Amino acid sequence: MKTRKLLSLTALALLTAGLHLFTVLSGTQFYLTQLTMAAYYGLVVIGLGVMMGYAGQISIGHAGFFAIGGYLSAALTTNDLTPFLAPGLIRWLDRVGLLVHGQDIFGDPLMTVSPWAACLSAVTVTALIALLIGGPVLKLRGHYLAMATLGFGIIVYRIFLASPFFGEADGISEVPGFQLLPATGLLGPVIISGDAAHRVLNYYLAWGVLLLGMALLLNLIDSRAGRALRSLHSSEEAAEAFGIDTARCKVQVFVLSAIYAALAGSLLTHFNGGIGPGEASVMKSVRYVALVAVGGMTSLWGTLVMGVGLTFLSLRGVFGSYDDVVFGVILIAVMLFAPEGVLRGLFGRALQRFLPGRQT
Amino acid sequence: MTLELFFQYLFAGITYGSLYAIVAIGFNIIYNTTGIINFAQGEFVMLGGMISISLLQFMPLGAAIAVAVLITMLIGAAIEMLFIRWLVHPSVLRLVIITIGISILLRESALHIWGESIRSLPYFYGNEITTFSLGSVNISPQVIWVILACAVMMVGLNIFFRSTPIGREMRACAANRTAALLCGVNTRNMVTLSFMLSAGIGALAGCVMSPITYTQYDSGASLAIKGFTVAILGGLGNSMAAVAAGLLLGIIEAFSVTVVPLAFQDAVTITILLIILFVRPHGIFGSSEAARLKDF
Repeated sequence: MKTRKLLSLTALALLTAGLHLFTVLSGTQFYLTQLTMAAYYGLVVIGLGVMMGYAGQISIGHAGFFAIGGYLSAALTTNDLTPFLAPGLIRWLDRVGLLVHGQDIFGDPLMTVSPWAACLSAVTVTALIALLIGGPVLKLRGHYLAMATLGFGIIVYRIFLASPFFGEADGISEVPGFQLLPATGLLGPVIISGDAAHRVLNYYLAWGVLLLGMALLLNLIDSRAGRALRSLHSSEEAAEAFGIDTARCKVQVFVLSAIYAALAGSLLTHFNGGIGPGEASVMKSVRYVALVAVGGMTSLWGTLVMGVGLTFLSLRGVFGSYDDVVFGVILIAVMLFAPEGVLRGLFGRALQRFLPGRQT
Repeated sequence: MTLELFFQYLFAGITYGSLYAIVAIGFNIIYNTTGIINFAQGEFVMLGGMISISLLQFMPLGAAIAVAVLITMLIGAAIEMLFIRWLVHPSVLRLVIITIGISILLRESALHIWGESIRSLPYFYGNEITTFSLGSVNISPQVIWVILACAVMMVGLNIFFRSTPIGREMRACAANRTAALLCGVNTRNMVTLSFMLSAGIGALAGCVMSPITYTQYDSGASLAIKGFTVAILGGLGNSMAAVAAGLLLGIIEAFSVTVVPLAFQDAVTITILLIILFVRPHGIFGSSEAARLKDF
């Protein structure tokens, strides 16, 4: 079990390097940009996959979490915060070194928060929101759960769309890069940004984050907590009877998947240099659900492969103006003909034997 | 707030509330016979409006609306036959995802057929600025049409469900599907019929509202969530309560403009939905004990 997990993670790392090599050899390095973005979206999808596939709880509001993470990061690092903070707080934050002073394009002073602090607070705020609404929302089941999460997503969308602080319909642009590490010795700075100069670095950063996220989730699923989660899916009553605190379990996995979405949103926003309200739209949430469904609800690897693959194709514009239609058709077709997921449906158990994950 | 303003808001609330009530009844009809929440319900309203607007070039208004309702009913039946009918004991999660997929397909088809432009039917009587005074309040005649259509639909549905054989069979199917099957009711056809019926009343609502709210390819989604709010507020499956709940939500929404900016209006409605789901998932008029027995 352990070696198999290690093997498949190594395979993912090799795939990452292999894809890079392929783009270099075929002279298509520009693919790396979309591959980077696809990896971040993949992070959202696997987070949702654990919640939907393993714990059996649907969420049609994950784009909301993604957007909260992205928007908070963007707003804190881009908007001038002078009018919003008390002078005492500014002095204190300055002393801790969390503030960045600069100039906007008109030469006026611009005070923002450093990307590290912004990213951490964005993820923390998202986790708190998930924790807050998770309790009452996850008490609901079936249609009600679907509608409540959908409703949450729409509220987030409306708030971002209507708030001047978040740029209303234009969203926030000119978001600066996210410097993870300063330049040391011969190495340049490690920075998340969409500059062509940092393209290869960012590609590996994104896939590295995805790999790390995947490793954490795989470990979680095989742990005691993961077994508790899986028991939720088949029967909550039975899980309760075994002494599992089902309510707590569900909220925990909800918060975890919200954190994945927020982190992806924050990093992708720095990479893209901006975010718009479209990222919070219902269609995005539905798309994440579709990707989890097509990957086979209970197969994290299937979800990862399908999530990254289809997102990459969509970002490359392969589906043209039929983008949303494609995801709608996928959603229906998978649910009608192969509710277990395409990979498992087509290749059956043979493939599953080589993939770690659910062994029930 | 002056008294005139108060009544203006009230009438706006009643108008929108009637629309929400009709969408909610559409939800209820399908929910009662199948236990499915049809997430594509809002799209039926959009389709009704769009098809009638297109047909208007070839025929008079009344005929265009009638044909649009018929076409939407056929679409509803086709959807049920293609995607729902042959599933064996599908789980709720599966059905939710399928109907969401259907709503995307309908919306995107509408986008490719009619484009992004905002359309509307002409006012049934007079035009945009025709009003008549009721005391000190000015009301557009279209508002009367909407309320009238809603009332006629309610009475019609009531008669249909109580007095016609098919209506009774549908109610039997709602009460206990297995028992209805044993009594010789073709429950599968009843499900198809319920999709047709709710598509039909959705489409009619889309037609009468079109002059006021306008019709766009993506106007279905927000209608669906408001209709669902109303259906929950009244207690899922209870169509009479849905009318009261619809009017209530419409009026709350209309008056919310005085407190929060218009851009947040949808957020207000959905917050109400969330609160109801958290606090009273069986609705204002429903009983909690009956709700516990239902399978969501």
